[in-house]
Amino acid sequence: MKENNKKPVREESCNTSRRSFLGSLATAAGISLAPGVMLYGIGKPSSAAAATDGASSSVRWGMLIDLSQCDNGCDDCVTACATENGLRGFGRPETDPQWIRKVEMTNPETGHSKSLPVMCQHCEDPPCVDVCPTGASFKRADGIVLVDKHSCIGCRYCMMACPYKARSFVHEALEDQKTHAPRGKGTVESCTLCVHRIDENRQPACVEACSDTGGGAMLFGDLNDPDSEISRRVATYASQQIRADLGLNPGIRYRNL
Amino acid sequence: MRSHTGAGYLAIVLLCLLYPFHTASADGNREPASGVPRPVIARGQGETCVADNDFMRRNHMDMLNHQRDETVFKGLRDEPFSLRDCISCHVVEGADGMAVTVSDPKHFCRTCHDYAAVDIDCFQCHASRPESAGQSGAN
Repeated sequence: MKENNKKPVREESCNTSRRSFLGSLATAAGISLAPGVMLYGIGKPSSAAAATDGASSSVRWGMLIDLSQCDNGCDDCVTACATENGLRGFGRPETDPQWIRKVEMTNPETGHSKSLPVMCQHCEDPPCVDVCPTGASFKRADGIVLVDKHSCIGCRYCMMACPYKARSFVHEALEDQKTHAPRGKGTVESCTLCVHRIDENRQPACVEACSDTGGGAMLFGDLNDPDSEISRRVATYASQQIRADLGLNPGIRYRNL
Repeated sequence: MRSHTGAGYLAIVLLCLLYPFHTASADGNREPASGVPRPVIARGQGETCVADNDFMRRNHMDMLNHQRDETVFKGLRDEPFSLRDCISCHVVEGADGMAVTVSDPKHFCRTCHDYAAVDIDCFQCHASRPESAGQSGAN
């Protein structure tokens, strides 16, 4: 349509009076600018086409981990997380990325030892979000705590603020990242609760691996929905949050801790 | 009278300045009469792009930025202006038959950005080729 308008304008401008010449020049400039003006015209229908508003605050995603089903020697959740998100180590355990890890707890009096999977606990009041100077660390409407790496400046305040040691800093330049899990040097990252899977109504990779090959200890679901399996179980059985004394109300809960 | 003449000159100068853009917008891939070299841009696999070519050339960065925020903050992933879709549609095969990464000058994004000398840092974090190409599953 734009191209059809152009030609007559140019031909006209060659053989008319100065006044109509100036008029047609203005029109030509207008057309030249038209693609920029159309930005919103074209942009709107496409975004309106998506009926959904995305993450909703009526949902609170959470996880219940039954440690009586979690074997001390099993790390299927850790492996599944690394595979799903393309996490690779560089042989430097102190700085290699770690979104989920098995933490071993030993009672010094009895010698009883238990290892539990610990990842970002997706707090209701996340300290990492409080301290972030750029707003990169944020909580999505459905309770998932994430890093917007576009605005992360790599200051690592969030890593210091997190009582669960859940976040990692990317120290190395990376290549061939997963399409659904962009990660790059100089930014902080942590468990996303496999947000790309949740947006497709799938379970996080660790939960899937745990039920497939592990002990089936992990249960993922909506804590706000009273009819969900996770809500019924936390209502029926005693469960604990790690460092509940901090009052952060994590979305990850443990049984038989 | 004098100011009228001034306005006339100004108009002619403006016309001269605007005319090249005017013609270029009609067909961006066409070699202009002056023989100025143009980048060779890889075509997408579909019949048409998600918006017309002129629009995409001028506004793809705004659309990508907008889509980026929709995805990160709201989780809206199936919208047309996603970087993932650009990458999977405008895929360029290298000599080995595999999709090239952004390290190859023939990469779709690089052809234009090299030409225009505009540095982008998208691919420090984002994959620059479709997932199926050249990635082992367990890395």
